[in-house]
Amino acid sequence: MDVEILARVQFAFTIAFHYIYPPLSIGLGLIIVIAEGLFLKTGNPLYEQATRFWIKIFALIFGIGVATGIIMEFEFGTNWSTYSKYVGDIFGSALAAEGIFAFALESGFLGILIFGWNRVSPRVHFISALMVFFGSLFSAVWIVVANSWQQTPAGFHIVGEGMNARAEITDFWAMVFNPSSVDRLLHVWCAAVLSGAFFVLSVSAWYIIKNKHLPIARSSFKIALTVATIFSLLQLFTGHKSADGVSKYQPAKLAAAEGHFDSSAKADMYLIGYVNNKEEKTSGIKIPGGLSFLVTGNFNAPVKGLNAFKKDERPSQVNTIFQFYHAMIIVGMMMIAMTLYASFLWWRNKLFEKKWLMILFVWSVLLPQIGNQSGWFTAEIGRQPWIVYGLLKTSDALSKAVTANQVIFSLILFTVVYIFLFALFLFLLNRKIQHGPVEYSNQELIGDAAKRDNPIMTH
Amino acid sequence: MFLGVSYNVWWFLVFGAVISGYAILDGFDLGAGSLHLFLKKEQSRRIALNAIGPVWDGNEVWLVIGGGALFAGFPIAYAAIFSAFYIPFMVFLVGLIFRATAIEFRSKEPMLWWRKMWDIFYSISSIIIALCLGLMLGNVVNGLPLNAQREFSGNWLSFFNPFAILVAITTLALFMMHGAIFLTMKTENRLYAKLHILANNFIIFFVISFVITTLYTLLYISHLSDFFKSNPHYFIIPLLMTLAIANIPRQIKKGKYRYAFISSSVTIALLLIMVALEVFPYLLYSPQTPANSITIDNAASSIKTMKILLIIAAVGTPLVATYTSFVFWTFKGKVVLDETSY
Ligand code: HDD
Ligand code: HEM
Ligand code: HEM
Repeated sequence: MDVEILARVQFAFTIAFHYIYPPLSIGLGLIIVIAEGLFLKTGNPLYEQATRFWIKIFALIFGIGVATGIIMEFEFGTNWSTYSKYVGDIFGSALAAEGIFAFALESGFLGILIFGWNRVSPRVHFISALMVFFGSLFSAVWIVVANSWQQTPAGFHIVGEGMNARAEITDFWAMVFNPSSVDRLLHVWCAAVLSGAFFVLSVSAWYIIKNKHLPIARSSFKIALTVATIFSLLQLFTGHKSADGVSKYQPAKLAAAEGHFDSSAKADMYLIGYVNNKEEKTSGIKIPGGLSFLVTGNFNAPVKGLNAFKKDERPSQVNTIFQFYHAMIIVGMMMIAMTLYASFLWWRNKLFEKKWLMILFVWSVLLPQIGNQSGWFTAEIGRQPWIVYGLLKTSDALSKAVTANQVIFSLILFTVVYIFLFALFLFLLNRKIQHGPVEYSNQELIGDAAKRDNPIMTH
Repeated sequence: MFLGVSYNVWWFLVFGAVISGYAILDGFDLGAGSLHLFLKKEQSRRIALNAIGPVWDGNEVWLVIGGGALFAGFPIAYAAIFSAFYIPFMVFLVGLIFRATAIEFRSKEPMLWWRKMWDIFYSISSIIIALCLGLMLGNVVNGLPLNAQREFSGNWLSFFNPFAILVAITTLALFMMHGAIFLTMKTENRLYAKLHILANNFIIFFVISFVITTLYTLLYISHLSDFFKSNPHYFIIPLLMTLAIANIPRQIKKGKYRYAFISSSVTIALLLIMVALEVFPYLLYSPQTPANSITIDNAASSIKTMKILLIIAAVGTPLVATYTSFVFWTFKGKVVLDETSY
């Protein structure tokens, strides 16, 4: 195999593995801030126990997020050195800002969050939680800005020629606020919050089914349900905004996502389907003219299809992109349906009564994870064959000094290490969840909460 | 130009400061990790781990910032260095993964075999990280063959040359000394007495390896010793360093560990300043074809980016310094184990 494919596989594998954890940290961070805020406000020890429990799980997730993130930072240099030279002027400042403003904030206050319970006042502890949350939000900012720049480059000019060509900044803020960064950042943030919220929903639902730690599980479930309902609806809007942006700036990507080939025809929108890459035909359940409507506001207007682009300037794995894109949208709809239905039950005071719903919520932790991965795969494979859209091809961006054997060596190394790491992570996460939060033996408190929710599953 | 010094030189200084910060901060927790297996009792190992517990992750961020700083300011050097060191760097990264996991996971189960296993992972990976850092530093200082595109054109087996190996061992010794002093500062009673002895041994280990490396450099690596031969007044720096090293056992004997720790931090900083003076203005020297060398000028980003970076650094550094001090201050004093400890 050639170095290019290997290097792409390696990058995809390591970033996809990294990206399991940051969204969980970001979302869980928000839940911790809310729970601890409620504790400060109400003084109810229930919230303190919940906070302590989620912080322990947070620490585990965060640890792996950091360990896998450091790899990413250097992989640009190891595998994509030509690309690093090309974008360094622009990209580097985003990465440097990320380190100074985000990671340092996050990691610094994390120490206090985990080990500081007996060393700082509750208020300072709460502020630390807030700082860790902000830090993780900021980590998303700079890296998404950098990625958005390579999707929709702005605020730069090219100097030099051939092998020595590189992009130089002309306008910092135009670089930061390139046409896609705001849309994509909001979309990624919402997805991250959803990841954490569904994680909490899942663990709490499991406790409720097992009839364990009920007061903490119920209050955590309600906090997370509120967050998840709001953000799954928001996600529909941010996703729509992103699609709108893609139709303007990367029409080939959108055409691939919907399997639209013929430029002169009106474009359909598929609910599910299959693209035959060879025959360039798409079939499935569709809304006729749906994509035309999204792009132009008119069901019958033609939309630029893949055939309008030169073969070597458009993505080739159309079906892959199509499937990832539709997987994302389907899980998005599922999340909306689940959270709205659960909120309705909550309103009727019947939230914890349907066991099947709780079982569904236990598994729902996978939905945002599927959404995250398939969203990025859509965005990144849809960007091919460009590494910097319209400017630099992926095949030109490789490190010249690196051989296929070296990449294979590291790919095997990372695969082995990551499988080991993932198994350990699941094992310990499971142990932590089995162990559960430390409860105070406060009978009054537990009795109280049980009365309020009128459960039928408490025996 | 800013205050009569070019932006590239400013950024070289910033980068150097970040690397020194990294070596001083992560140096003590890597050192503590490297000597971990010298501590035998479960309780001692727990205390040693918790001494670095709240801060090691923050310390490691300096590496991330350093990587970002190099990428941003000198992208050509970033591209050349990391693609050249592909294999040792991957080993280094895997070491970082195992170390982070060992620290996090060790305390999550009570079984003795579990804890012993992670102790071994923790210690070995700390040692490997220190050795890899030293090996890469040694090769960067010594120079690598580069082609006209300024990419590495040699064989990675050549990284294992005597000079680089000596630098690697010196780095390990330096970190072990630094870590032992840090732990002495954070412990009491029997453990403290044991670390006291260890600290003295590591000082001797460091001094010996440092002297051998220096002699080797003076005898065999002429392009590095040139700077000090032609600028004799800069000999003040090695001299200061000798004083700083000598001060360490003196302060330890007096029981003033904080001063001993400051002295070893100063030693690290002075060592890196010496290295910087020896290589400046090269970031990566190509001994066979000096014309292909990477310097702070031919590797630099545009002036516009340099200005932005300096603003980011000027805004960010006080912020980071403030909350890093706050965190260290919160956890000052001897280690106390409680229900949140590792
Ligand atoms: C700032 C840069 C950046 C960011 C934030 C991301 N990526 Fe990316 N990605 C790249 C920069 C990049 C790249 C370096 O530009 C690659 C390497 C080869 C390529 O074509 O683009 C790439 C390739 C790449 C590929 C391979 C595509 C192909 O070769 O066909 C996948 C599947 C992903 N990425 C997935 C992700 C995921 C799951 C991310 C979520 C965190 C992510 N990327 C964030
Ligand atoms: C190629 C792209 C990426 C690189 C180079 C990268 C780099 C890193 C690094 C170096 C760390 C460790 C920082 C530390 O030591 O504290 C880290 C952690 C983190 N990264 Fe990434 N990252 C990438 C993609 C992303 C994306 C896309 C997001 C979010 C949308 C993200 C969010 C985070 C967060 C929140 C953390 C903190 C650890 C955690 O919460 O799990 N990263 N990343
Ligand atoms: C509900 C309807 C949704 C629509 C219409 C939608 C639309 C889009 C589009 C068009 C992109 C590509 C953007 C680009 O390449 O610039 C994208 C990317 C992405 N989506 Fe969605 N999305 C939806 C739901 C979701 C959900 C539920 C999640 C996860 C919980 C999610 C997570 C992501 C992620 C992580 C990316 C990659 C980052 C990015 O490019 O913005 N999306 N989405």
